[in-house]
Amino acid sequence: MEIIISNSSDKPIYEQICMQIKNLIMNGTLSAGEALPSMRALARDLHISVITVQRAYEDLTRDGFIETVSGKGSFVAAQNREFIREEQLRAAEELLQKAAEIGRTHGISYEQMANILKLFYEE
Amino acid sequence: MENNNILVRDLCKQFDGFLLDHVSFQVPKGRIVGFIGENGAGKSTTINLILDELKRDNGQVQIFGMENTISSVREEIGVVFDECNFHDVFNTADIERILSGVYKSWDGSLYRHYLKKFKIPEKKQIGSFSKGTKMKLSIICAMAHKPKLLILDEATTGLDPVVRDEILDLFLEFIQDEECSIFFSSHITSDIQKIADYVILIHQGKIIFEEQKDDLVYNFGIIRCGREKFASISPDDYIIHRITNVSVECLVRDKEAVKRKYKDDVVVDNASLEDIMLFYIKGGAV
Repeated sequence: MEIIISNSSDKPIYEQICMQIKNLIMNGTLSAGEALPSMRALARDLHISVITVQRAYEDLTRDGFIETVSGKGSFVAAQNREFIREEQLRAAEELLQKAAEIGRTHGISYEQMANILKLFYEE
Repeated sequence: MENNNILVRDLCKQFDGFLLDHVSFQVPKGRIVGFIGENGAGKSTTINLILDELKRDNGQVQIFGMENTISSVREEIGVVFDECNFHDVFNTADIERILSGVYKSWDGSLYRHYLKKFKIPEKKQIGSFSKGTKMKLSIICAMAHKPKLLILDEATTGLDPVVRDEILDLFLEFIQDEECSIFFSSHITSDIQKIADYVILIHQGKIIFEEQKDDLVYNFGIIRCGREKFASISPDDYIIHRITNVSVECLVRDKEAVKRKYKDDVVVDNASLEDIMLFYIKGGAV
């Protein structure tokens, strides 16, 4: 498992860890049932505090990506990747719809809006 | 179930011209707690009171949930001060012979594992070691009798960044066991910013704050603006402000809330642990 954190990023480190592990699960690098490194081991390897890793793992558990079995560690949750992707797509659709409404009522052209989205994607 | 390895309540000590004033804090199991403050703020005094090297005037110190038992739990505490106390003519094998007699729980194979891992020369006399290598050896010795609590006073001070980084490695290795905790004082805030779970700031014998490090680093911020703008900022929104010749700076507890409230009219910067410490210590001094 590879995790690369940036100390100069504006994103908090726990968020970076959380996003990268989600990514690894969504693209299939980590599969269901696979063990994640223990919080303490990951903290040691990344040279960060244990609470920071703990917070990332808590967020991952809350979002259903991992399961923590006390005494045994954390594992990638058995789940339907398609299902998660669809959920996320629906959430994105909702936000885009809102953006489209704002755009239409205030005369922002589709091209302009599409460009903004493109910009965010490339960020 | 006791969840703290150290619990300090209302600790007081009066010296000529110095008062340690009702100091309270805790060091939870499995955590690294950084203790920061300028020289003379009371860090070493507090540590010496915890270890019962100094007699306290008042207050309570619990170690592993028990009171007044420092002598019976000595075995389970590793202590490192800022100087290496081993005699110059010894080598690492001599140290082991001595300490394995002192500590019942001395683990020779663990000791030699650490020596190898942290590249301590095994045949050479300690007198020929660099300051950093001596400090690494002191910490390894404090860890080799498998304590549950490591207390360090300015152990990383005066060491180069490479050695300090290796010492942080040792610390993180130590708390792989979630029963273990580390309490370390330092005025090098970058080390604490990296690995501490909690940070305690002491100033003039008083605890100024005891916070989770991530909250400090991710939530606190600094507003910078002109005097005119400053007048429109509600005093409830900042903790301390500082007026310079060219601008006003305020330390805030929740930088995102401030960004939302004052929009683009003010600059809101991230605050490092060092910034936060300086704000509290220098305070509103103009």
